[in-house]
Amino acid sequence: MNAKLQLKNLTKSYGKTTVCNGIDLEIEQGQMVCLIGASGAGKSSLLRCINLLEDIEEGEILLDGVDISTPGFDPQKVRSRIGMVFQSFNLFPHMTALDNAMLAPRRVLGKTRAQIRPEIEELFHKFGLADRMHQFPNQLSGGQQQRVAIVRALAMRPEVMLFDEITSALDPQLVGEVLDVLLMLKNQGMTMVLATHEMAFAREAADVVCFLKDGQIVEQGPPSQIFEAPKQNATQSFLARALK
Amino acid sequence: MRSTRYKKTNRRQAYEAKRRRRSNIIAAISTAIAAAFLYILVPLTPGWSKVKLSFFNWDVLVKTFPKLLDAFLLNVMIFAWSAPLIAILGLLIALARNTQSPALFPLRIFGATFTDVFRGVPVILTVYLIGFGIPGLGLPRPWNSPYIWGTLALVLTYSAYVAEIFRSGIESVHKSQRAAALSLGLSERQAMRDVILPQAIRNVVPSQMNMLIALQKDVSLLSFIGPVEIFRQAGVFKSLMANFTPYVGAALIFLVVTIPSTRYADYLMARQMRARE
Repeated sequence: MNAKLQLKNLTKSYGKTTVCNGIDLEIEQGQMVCLIGASGAGKSSLLRCINLLEDIEEGEILLDGVDISTPGFDPQKVRSRIGMVFQSFNLFPHMTALDNAMLAPRRVLGKTRAQIRPEIEELFHKFGLADRMHQFPNQLSGGQQQRVAIVRALAMRPEVMLFDEITSALDPQLVGEVLDVLLMLKNQGMTMVLATHEMAFAREAADVVCFLKDGQIVEQGPPSQIFEAPKQNATQSFLARALK
Repeated sequence: MRSTRYKKTNRRQAYEAKRRRRSNIIAAISTAIAAAFLYILVPLTPGWSKVKLSFFNWDVLVKTFPKLLDAFLLNVMIFAWSAPLIAILGLLIALARNTQSPALFPLRIFGATFTDVFRGVPVILTVYLIGFGIPGLGLPRPWNSPYIWGTLALVLTYSAYVAEIFRSGIESVHKSQRAAALSLGLSERQAMRDVILPQAIRNVVPSQMNMLIALQKDVSLLSFIGPVEIFRQAGVFKSLMANFTPYVGAALIFLVVTIPSTRYADYLMARQMRARE
């Protein structure tokens, strides 16, 4: 079976700084892949490249076997199939939570409010946000905002979800409620790629963990291998510091 | 903080209340002294009696004020139909300057030239050139009216400024908002319309209020090419009565309108500062 998402020799640089340096990765349908590594290792850049928010210089990004990184490929088509959630939530502050989630289905899929509202309200219910739907982002806690951002991405019924350090801007006591949402998604069979600093979560929930350093995947494997028996020195020293 | 006001005051609050009272008393005394000095000193100047007669003549004011108000209606009308035009044209110019596609390069150039030219020329000069120049083409009525072309001059000049303010508003919206919109599958145009512009416009409301206040006053510049608005009407009275009081009356009428709008703009600005904290 072909991989859902496949990266081949993905290379991206800003000027002289190479942020992704020949990354190869295969992600099966329904897998959760966690990218770990120090800040600046290239985790966020990799996610932004997959969502075509950045153009890559070399390599291929295959979604269901189709190269979506071909120059000229319509990025809108890709982005409505690949959802992305950001570290800083990036909710639209001038809209209620519900309108945030309904905007893309209305504009991109051309649906009416009435058509999509039941489905999206159900998402709010499912993620414990039923009483927050009509509030504006600045009336919500960080954890609630981040869950709304996830609902907003899910409203497009994406096939793959990318999460860019989505708990890094949260107070420690709010991290749990967001990670719970990720587990729910995993149980539903969503294909997910996470850049994260939550080592305990990666160890418990990931199917594959990739350790990145200087824009390269130094080591990848199941969490048991990466966390308990890392082969590379770089992985060992990173984990020694991260797990302290 | 506010709710504690109704509770029994504690030591800190008593101390602060005492300090407030003290500073209020000091402010009142110093204001009284300053006013007394002005009241005593100004009339001592050699020309005061003449100035009083020619600028602060109550009889002249009473006689001319109703006509000045009538003339001010014309200011209000010109203001009322140029303000929306300025808002629309300003926004279009801002968007034109913000386009990305190579096919729209002429539009970008046009936007940049437009703002450069109309911000670079004094308003009164634009009013003269357009207000006299275009009717000079010998157009039939009503297209030779200085009202129309004078207003157009104002609209063009103010659109240039307003466009720049809109542009700064667009740039003030964080890039991550665009990224979030695009990541959901929205096109650049949809991201601009649904996500960036609504925030940008809200961010610049106080600045645009200031432009409105300036416009209220600059409508008077049209008096130089014909329309008998309040400034010109005051000038007519000045010549008739050989007295400057009508100008003071006109100034008072302007202040009645501009001071509340200025205060309102300040209020909006302060509210926005608080919201950003």
